Amino acid sequence: TMLKGMTRLISRVHKLDAGHFLHTGSQAPQNVAAHLDNQVPVESPRAVSRTSESDPAKHGEQHEGQHYNIPLQDLKAVFPHGLPPRFVMQVKTFNEACLMVRKPALELLHYLKNTNFAHPAVRYVLYGEKGTGKTLSLCHIIHFCAKQDWLILHIPDAHLWVKNCRNLLQSTYNKQRLDQPLEASIWLKNFKTANERFLSQIKVQEKYVWNKRESTEKGSPLGEVVEQGITRVRNATDAVGIVLKELKRQSSSGIFHLLVAVDGVNALWGRTTLKREDKSPIAPEELALIYNLRKMVKNDWHGGAIVLTLSQTGSVFKPRKAFLPQELLGKEGFDTLDPFIPILVSNYNPKEFESCIQYYLENSWLQHEKAHTEDGKKELLFLSNTNPGQLERLCAYL
Amino acid sequence: MWKGGEDGKPPRKAGRREPRLGPRSWILRLRHTTVVSTKKNIAALRRETYTLDFIKKQIEEFNIGKRHLANMMGEDPETFTQEDIDRAIAYLFPSGLFEKRARPIMKHPEQIFPKQRAIQWGEDGRPFHFLFYTGKPSYYSLMHEAYGKILDVEKHQNQLRAQGLFSEKTKTKDLIGSRWLIKEELEEILVEKLSDQDYAHFIRLLERLLTLQRGGAEEEFVQRFRRSITIQSKKQLIEPVRYDEQGMAFSRSEGRRKSAEAEAVVYAHGSGRVSVNGTHYLRYFPVTQDREQLMFPFHFLDRLGKHDVACTVSGGGRAAQAGAIRLAVARALCTFVTEEEVEWMRQAGLLTADLRVRERKKPGQEGARRKFTWKKR
Repeated sequence: TMLKGMTRLISRVHKLDAGHFLHTGSQAPQNVAAHLDNQVPVESPRAVSRTSESDPAKHGEQHEGQHYNIPLQDLKAVFPHGLPPRFVMQVKTFNEACLMVRKPALELLHYLKNTNFAHPAVRYVLYGEKGTGKTLSLCHIIHFCAKQDWLILHIPDAHLWVKNCRNLLQSTYNKQRLDQPLEASIWLKNFKTANERFLSQIKVQEKYVWNKRESTEKGSPLGEVVEQGITRVRNATDAVGIVLKELKRQSSSGIFHLLVAVDGVNALWGRTTLKREDKSPIAPEELALIYNLRKMVKNDWHGGAIVLTLSQTGSVFKPRKAFLPQELLGKEGFDTLDPFIPILVSNYNPKEFESCIQYYLENSWLQHEKAHTEDGKKELLFLSNTNPGQLERLCAYL
Repeated sequence: MWKGGEDGKPPRKAGRREPRLGPRSWILRLRHTTVVSTKKNIAALRRETYTLDFIKKQIEEFNIGKRHLANMMGEDPETFTQEDIDRAIAYLFPSGLFEKRARPIMKHPEQIFPKQRAIQWGEDGRPFHFLFYTGKPSYYSLMHEAYGKILDVEKHQNQLRAQGLFSEKTKTKDLIGSRWLIKEELEEILVEKLSDQDYAHFIRLLERLLTLQRGGAEEEFVQRFRRSITIQSKKQLIEPVRYDEQGMAFSRSEGRRKSAEAEAVVYAHGSGRVSVNGTHYLRYFPVTQDREQLMFPFHFLDRLGKHDVACTVSGGGRAAQAGAIRLAVARALCTFVTEEEVEWMRQAGLLTADLRVRERKKPGQEGARRKFTWKKR
């Protein structure tokens, strides 16, 4: 499935490339008739842009290029922090969240459906030019996994952890590493929202002592660790580390399937913009969060899958035109991630482009009189060159 | 005593043509004026008159100099034209000055020295021209003549009508390719200052003459006061179509904008792929404005997805490169497009090179235009 990334204007800080639109149902009034089976929308003379199939599990080849709807409660539950900001704005504007089904995502879904949980976790890397739709592809996958009841470990943007951190504390666990209490606590909060039901099921298998007064006993639910991290911000990073370790250990046992989804994974290897007080630069390994995450991304555990996205938009010290895994990950990252399955996310093909424009027209987003005409479409095609991000930005003006 | 004059003889009205003495000519301008053109430095002396003597001497010197120059350049002195002179001077005295009028020139004295009027009155102080006391004798005599012609034509028409041979047909000469003289040109011809109302009056008279049915002589009279305008569009250069190895038709042309130079190769049949310096145009121009510039020629001709472009560009900045490519693409598209559409493109400004460059900073000012902050004390 091709998830088209349509990212909204303005926030260019994060990688906005991956905005996948899943366009849903061609005729808006047809939302009432909720057919959950595979529909081949053939009725409307306007090109099909929607499908009413809202379960990602059932998306197949015939849905390629169409948008599907995500109900808004699901959105809040599954994606507390995962969506690109522009997409969030669009959701708010249109009052519905629609993602487009695209080929890379369809491919990934196919692989995921056929994963063998006894084997070590397979790594999939989504890569592509800026604005082609990697992050929203990832969101599609996450939605699918959430529906399948997997435990989602979603890091929305790893770049946030390697730049612009205000407070760095020396780690309580390991003296050489540095903590990032703020980021860790934010992430823990979102993690809690996303995976409420698992937190009570999973039990920690060790005793953790936080400080003189507090400690977590062996056998207590993971929720307690998360709570501890949220309330005691100083220990948040360690809480994150513990969560990751426990999940990795226990996913092999088969109680749950674990999906590790990291956006902007090239931040893990590379450089950071952070400096210590004596102005000496910090390498990523010295950040506790990054260190733990690296352990997570290694495929020495089984019972789940790892889906990663590369991103240049938020990356530091990388040239603008770089998008290949080799360039963005660097030698170290590439070697660590090797072997992985690369999936290229490319620009729209004509059908998807048409579909996207139809979606906008239905939502009355394109107000320009020429937007309906063939000429207007050709213009948009040329200007955006079928790049989803660009198209989205262009249409915002219209 | 009169001043100046030629060879010590009293200046003559050009109307009377008896050659008194010798072949020394008086230069005939219009019928009513005696105008002497002199060669002298314009800026130096205002009211100084150039004597005919002086001018003739200058002309002779010019001719001799021309022959010397021809010999120097190794060309035939007999067939040495003014253009050859200009080229020779530019070669011998290369100048880096930007102002063309400040460079060394060698032209015929008539073009260099301004025309001046000879003395208009005789030895006894009595003016020659009967309209001298109007202040603008040549202008008023011209009006007089034009009006006289109008009266003649009307008289002729009345006669024809009386005889019954009057025919209503008016042959209208095509006036489209020509324009009336402008006021400056008229002043130059008459060597007198005119006011706007005078000029307008004169043009109205001529137009009135045009509306009447006129004969050949009047036509000629009127045509003296019209200048032709060249049609701009015929000067557009169109590249010929070329064919490369695979037999695809393409056309290559260049464009420039503000120190960015671009060369574009436009293929006749394609799907709208554009590549700049080897990379895709979406990656090369992340800014939408630049891509709109690229799109403009195609969009204007409604050929958005029909051509492939491969171009190279260097120098300048982001917008300058976009502008240079746009110009190159527009020029290349001329080959595949009809004449009329070329004209439309020219009128849309697609084919005009943009001459704006960064203006130099001047001393005493902070920038090109901005002055230093003015302090009262």
